[in-house]
Amino acid sequence: MIWDIFFQPFADFGFMRRALLGCIAISVGATPVGVFLMLRRMSLTGDAMAHAILPGAAIGYLIAGLSLGAMTVGGLIAGMAVALLSGLVTRVTVLREDASLAAFYLISLALGVLIVSTRGSNVDLMHVLFGTVLALDDATLTLLCSIASLSTLTIALFFRPLVLECADPQFLRSVSGLSVVTHFTFLALVVLNLVAGFHALGTLMAVGIMILPAAAARFWAVGIGGMIVVAVAVAMLASVIGLLLSYYFSLPSGPTVILVAGIGYGLSIVFGPAGGLIAQASLRRHYET
Amino acid sequence: MPAVAFQKLTLGYDRQPAVHRLEAEIEDGSLTAIVGPNGAGKSTLLKGVTGALSPLEGHVSIKGLSRDDIAYLPQQSEIDQSFPLSVVDLVSMGLWREIGPFGWLGRKRQARIDDAIAAAGLTGFEARPIGSLSGGQMQRALFARLLLQDARLVLLDEPFTSIDARTMADLLDVVRGWHGEGRTVVAVLHDHETVRAHFPQTLMLARELVAHGPTEQVLTAENQFRARQMCEACAGPPHVCGRSAA
Repeated sequence: MIWDIFFQPFADFGFMRRALLGCIAISVGATPVGVFLMLRRMSLTGDAMAHAILPGAAIGYLIAGLSLGAMTVGGLIAGMAVALLSGLVTRVTVLREDASLAAFYLISLALGVLIVSTRGSNVDLMHVLFGTVLALDDATLTLLCSIASLSTLTIALFFRPLVLECADPQFLRSVSGLSVVTHFTFLALVVLNLVAGFHALGTLMAVGIMILPAAAARFWAVGIGGMIVVAVAVAMLASVIGLLLSYYFSLPSGPTVILVAGIGYGLSIVFGPAGGLIAQASLRRHYET
Repeated sequence: MPAVAFQKLTLGYDRQPAVHRLEAEIEDGSLTAIVGPNGAGKSTLLKGVTGALSPLEGHVSIKGLSRDDIAYLPQQSEIDQSFPLSVVDLVSMGLWREIGPFGWLGRKRQARIDDAIAAAGLTGFEARPIGSLSGGQMQRALFARLLLQDARLVLLDEPFTSIDARTMADLLDVVRGWHGEGRTVVAVLHDHETVRAHFPQTLMLARELVAHGPTEQVLTAENQFRARQMCEACAGPPHVCGRSAA
């Protein structure tokens, strides 16, 4: 019975299996990046970068139609350009990172919407904004899995400088020249994972699978390693449940997966042992009595 | 032999000099306090030594030392205390120059980390998240990290501000330990009592050099008065400083 509910759709339909594989790849790749974004108080940066990718993907689409390669390369170029330009402006001028990033992503977003609305149809816009998780072909799946592998490997290699860059950037700068490299490698990972995510979930929803599980994990684990494990688990669980819900109730899959992750976040706020509401209340009771 | 030599050193921000034409030498193995009124350029001078700030004019020469031989404790660390790090994690950062991004900690280094934590008086706090530390405990942890950096030149920028007497005494022990091992220690300090009691050498700064030498000869009422006057004179645009650019 339970078996049927949870496994039958995946056993019966290839597109469900593909959707699941795609979502799991994104969970593995994007969520650890999301944990670091959250810890660096850059959660909204993910959102900004996702918007910044839009014109690149749109130009790719204009040149080559619904081509995986063109849209991926376009998205990567646009995302990296915004990341580099805003990073450069922050390091060279008096403007802080949040302001310079906001400026560039807004320009990029306006350009993207302009291109999509003058040249494309509404269907295309929906594809770019919300993805097509139920229609992932072999090439896209290969791309998603490759990006997830590359991202995991890079995080493993850069783990120590990344933690230092987040926790005490001044110290890292004083002992090593890796600070700048680490910062831009990290931004590149953000862009890479968002580009992967937008094929499946769309540019807007891709940020959801990056940030929501990370925010939920904060309530369950104290260390960074634990947070990453919990966040990936939450993202995977949200993928499975979200896909099943969208299958049974004919809901659009991308937003359903993200909403399930959102419910996981809500439950974590209440029940999470590391600073959740109930944990805090019982701590207060402990001190009052 | 001097560990650090300043030659006509001018340091500043936006072309406003904060340190002006400083000529001084800090002896190798000395324990030196840098004193002076607010805005005298003390912190700026330390940043000039670390290389974080390039001179507008002149040189800082660190003889026989590379950047890797310098450990620096800034006045306000940029550490994000809400970051999920334990005391051990924070302290072990001090080994970065030895192990870099990929090196293995190993049992020997683990023991050195424990020793550094003990020397800073934080034994028992190893697993505590840094967010739960008080100001004094945090300073102890940062000193433990400095200990592990094993640097020949240690630069401390107001290391004892807003910590209690007990913590300060413990940390001064650490500083004396460094001095005993022949390391060069330079500390920016405000409390002249502390300077008199623990720092044999003093450099008094008011954008320009006021006096440098044995503490008793530097920390005189006359010098302090002169330093205050020089700083007030320098509060205006740089050309009223009284020295021509030549």
